[in-house]
Amino acid sequence: MQTETRQPLLKISGLEKRFELDKGFLETLKFRKGRIVSERREVHAVNGVSLEAERGEALCIVGESGCGKSTVARLVAGLLDPSAGQIHYGGQRIDNLGRQALAPIRKKMQMIFQNPYASLNPRMTIQQALEEPVRFHQPHLSKSEMKDKVAEVMRSVGVDPSWRFRYPHEFSGGQRQRIAIARSLTVDPEFVIADEPISALDVSIQAQVLNLMLEAKAERGLTYMFITHDLSVVQHFGTRVAVLYLGSLCELADTATLFAAPKHPYTKALLSAVPQLSDERPNHIRLKGEIPTPINLPSGCPFQSRCAYATSRCSAERPEPILQADGSQVACHAVEEGRLD
Amino acid sequence: MTTQTNPQARGSSFWQSNFVYSFRKSPIAIISMIVFLLIALSAFFAPLLAPVDPYNQALFDIMDSELPPVWETYGDPRFIFGTDPQGRDMLSAILYGTRLSLLIGICAVAVQAFLGISIGLIAGYVGGRLDSLLMRMADIQLSFSTLMVAIIFLAVSQAIFGSDTFNKYAIVMLIVVIGVAEWPQYARTVRACVLAEKKKEYVDSARVLGFGPLRIMVRHILPNALSPIFVISTVQVANAIISEASLSFLGLGMPPSQPSLGLLISSGFDYIFSGSWWITTIPGIVLVVLVLVINLLGDWMRDVLNPRLYKGDK
Amino acid sequence: MALLSVKDLTVKFAMREQSVTALDGISFDLAKGERLGIVGESGAGKSITGFSLMKLISKPGFIDRGQIQFDGRDIAKMDEPALRDIRGNHMAMIFQDPMVTLNPVLTIGEQMVETLRAHRKLSLEEAEQIAIVKLREVYIPSPEERLRQYPHELSGGMRQRIIIAIALLLEPKLIIADEPTTALDVTIQADIMDLMLELCQTNKVSLILITHDLGVVNQMTERTLVMYAGRIIESGRTREIINDPQHPYTQGLINALPQQTLPGQPLKQIPGSMPSLTNIPTGCAFHPRCAYATSRCKTEIPRTLRFGAVEVACHEVERLKAGQGKAGTGQPAANGNASANGDTSAYDEASTYDEASANGSGS
Repeated sequence: MQTETRQPLLKISGLEKRFELDKGFLETLKFRKGRIVSERREVHAVNGVSLEAERGEALCIVGESGCGKSTVARLVAGLLDPSAGQIHYGGQRIDNLGRQALAPIRKKMQMIFQNPYASLNPRMTIQQALEEPVRFHQPHLSKSEMKDKVAEVMRSVGVDPSWRFRYPHEFSGGQRQRIAIARSLTVDPEFVIADEPISALDVSIQAQVLNLMLEAKAERGLTYMFITHDLSVVQHFGTRVAVLYLGSLCELADTATLFAAPKHPYTKALLSAVPQLSDERPNHIRLKGEIPTPINLPSGCPFQSRCAYATSRCSAERPEPILQADGSQVACHAVEEGRLD
Repeated sequence: MTTQTNPQARGSSFWQSNFVYSFRKSPIAIISMIVFLLIALSAFFAPLLAPVDPYNQALFDIMDSELPPVWETYGDPRFIFGTDPQGRDMLSAILYGTRLSLLIGICAVAVQAFLGISIGLIAGYVGGRLDSLLMRMADIQLSFSTLMVAIIFLAVSQAIFGSDTFNKYAIVMLIVVIGVAEWPQYARTVRACVLAEKKKEYVDSARVLGFGPLRIMVRHILPNALSPIFVISTVQVANAIISEASLSFLGLGMPPSQPSLGLLISSGFDYIFSGSWWITTIPGIVLVVLVLVINLLGDWMRDVLNPRLYKGDK
Repeated sequence: MALLSVKDLTVKFAMREQSVTALDGISFDLAKGERLGIVGESGAGKSITGFSLMKLISKPGFIDRGQIQFDGRDIAKMDEPALRDIRGNHMAMIFQDPMVTLNPVLTIGEQMVETLRAHRKLSLEEAEQIAIVKLREVYIPSPEERLRQYPHELSGGMRQRIIIAIALLLEPKLIIADEPTTALDVTIQADIMDLMLELCQTNKVSLILITHDLGVVNQMTERTLVMYAGRIIESGRTREIINDPQHPYTQGLINALPQQTLPGQPLKQIPGSMPSLTNIPTGCAFHPRCAYATSRCKTEIPRTLRFGAVEVACHEVERLKAGQGKAGTGQPAANGNASANGDTSAYDEASTYDEASANGSGS
């Protein structure tokens, strides 16, 4: 599938992000067994995730709340600094660049956010919001060129350009999300990170926004990194899917492969739990317990506490993603040992 | 395509209409606004309205001293609010005094706002150690009362520079002292606002677009923190006017040749028992009314601009 | 006899100058032990329906007219003391956000015992015993310990189970669940859905499930109401509504789901968005977004027509049925595809640009 000369557009290797829970020295002091000890607690949001995104694909990252999918998006977008690991974009390492050095990459990489009510500045008109990035990144454009550019982008997302003097609160959620998409398209990006772009929207509006994103992909040759918890959207939108659980990669596969033959026990449970429109009620796989807290992670496989197939090896040794015959990668000892079939 | 409309008029129509609507529905706000405008305008046009120039001692006649207001038995129609012991027309003195008080109040708040907003923005946006440092400074500043700081500062500078130099720069001194002493009010409010706004996605989206921190702070975050800034500004103007009056009352403010409201109250204090109540009482009433209407307007504004009541857009 | 019978329920909100109609003549019945779904997008009035059934509408909202017959008594005419008896004792409500519903400063036990003792004469020990039994019913491990815990010590799924347990404490005849699983993850949602279904069936409790998720309605309910802009536009057996929707809006809603289109193909979108309550279009409220709208739809509010077990409020439904008959019924995906291209282009031209004017004035 991948020739040796071709480079992935985005390459994440061994990405880790830990958030400190106790900020400042005084907060680290704890009272344990009759004495005061200094102890730092950390939230392990992302644990050694490695991924690649090819040019022109829509890589979906799915998982439940707390699995670290949004953190991955924010790390790639440069909104957070990784604790360990590297991010390469177009062959260039970007996770250690300063703001100035990152500027040319900012133009190529954009992000769309979840909440259309918060992702536009309430005190800026649509015109101001759309013009600002153009003015910032292409200061040489004349006033009329700028106006044309804004009008063109507005039209391309289906918002009447004559509304450019309105404020965000005058628009519905779906329109705001389209305007937010328009804003990210004004700088002509090639890579767009979308963090749950439709989960705050109604069903009929979700379709509008998804269609818009598909259109933009076809017209502009965009590459997407699409973060979502909604598996039916993944099936429709994604070319490849990465399933995260508790900050670790469980399974990475082509969309069709993943939905036809999920391999990781967690992926199976996740897929079976989606409410269906079909007549028969599928028996979903019940997971025991609940997602453990990402503070002070258990050793071994992150999923072992809820997995029906867990063995002593699973609780001792962390599984690494292993390439399967159909091209998918699965991080599971049971799959590796062939215990699941 | 529809024709272009004025972006300001059309864009902020919601905000405007809400603002104007609640103003029209609030009799207290309307009355306060009228009274405030009355006082502010007459203070502003004091040189035109005042019968005499109260700063020009050559115009005073000692024979006119301590005349009561017109409605009292020995009132003189030339002096509506009576005169002080030097024969100065009280109406003119009050008009000029109010002018000074308002000027000092507003300028001091401008100084506070500039310092407080800058520090608050930086502390909130940058965060970390700088935030801790700035906020501890604010805490220390707040643990001294404004008056105490001002009294020490003004007394010391009066002693160092001598009365004459001090009197010359009294306005500037008062503005700076009241301004510097109260910046933490702004800094704290702005910082809290920045911390709340910083979490919102439009700030992330600006960062993803590669904008620098200064641009994000000033162009994106600050406009969204304006509502609470407006609200505390009104309260702070009222506070600054009171601070100035207190300092002048204590003799640490304006020189007797250019009396502010506080000094008028204080200078009349000695005569209150000799029956000349008007020298203290009338400027006192003006001060109380002025501060009261500003506070009432501030209260009303807080209710209208309350982010919890109106920010949800729905 | 129906357990609950709602007739012509109209709820209004008093605004600055005029009042706004949030619910416009809602009528439906609910049998004992029946599970009813109310589906719609945000702004359709489905949550207000849930609240007004318990007369929990507070100012500036008010019930303008209509009846809510529950067990032979009209809730719409009840006073507060009578309502307090109904709420909790006979009807319970489950909300979307489990963190908000539970009081954060009281332990689970305190909250459960308080609820019980407010309605029944019970000793502390008896109340605790009942609470433990109920917690066990919702599969909460070691319930005795949970009673001493505070809500923040429990996970989201656990909290929602406890809320369900509290709702069941007084053995109500009807549970109104407003988006009970929306805030939960899929795997936990599946568990909670199983649990609610099981509890309703074993205890013969009627359920009104308010949700935007057609998949959830499909798995949980027997009958469904589809709401749009404060009116019921379609009602009937859930299976029939999902397999063979009659109203253009219901069709659009189902066809817009990604599952109904081949991967990578454009989804069949409904243009525009839900009108705000201050600005509900004349006639059929859906007409600005409807590809089949005629001039009659713009002026005349459609009456509810009955087709077998399904009731539809649409002027054009007969024409639509005829058209569909040719395209073949049954699989919604199939007939959606057949008319997909024509529909979407017609939709696009219809009114993509109209929505802000319809929504902009919303305050």
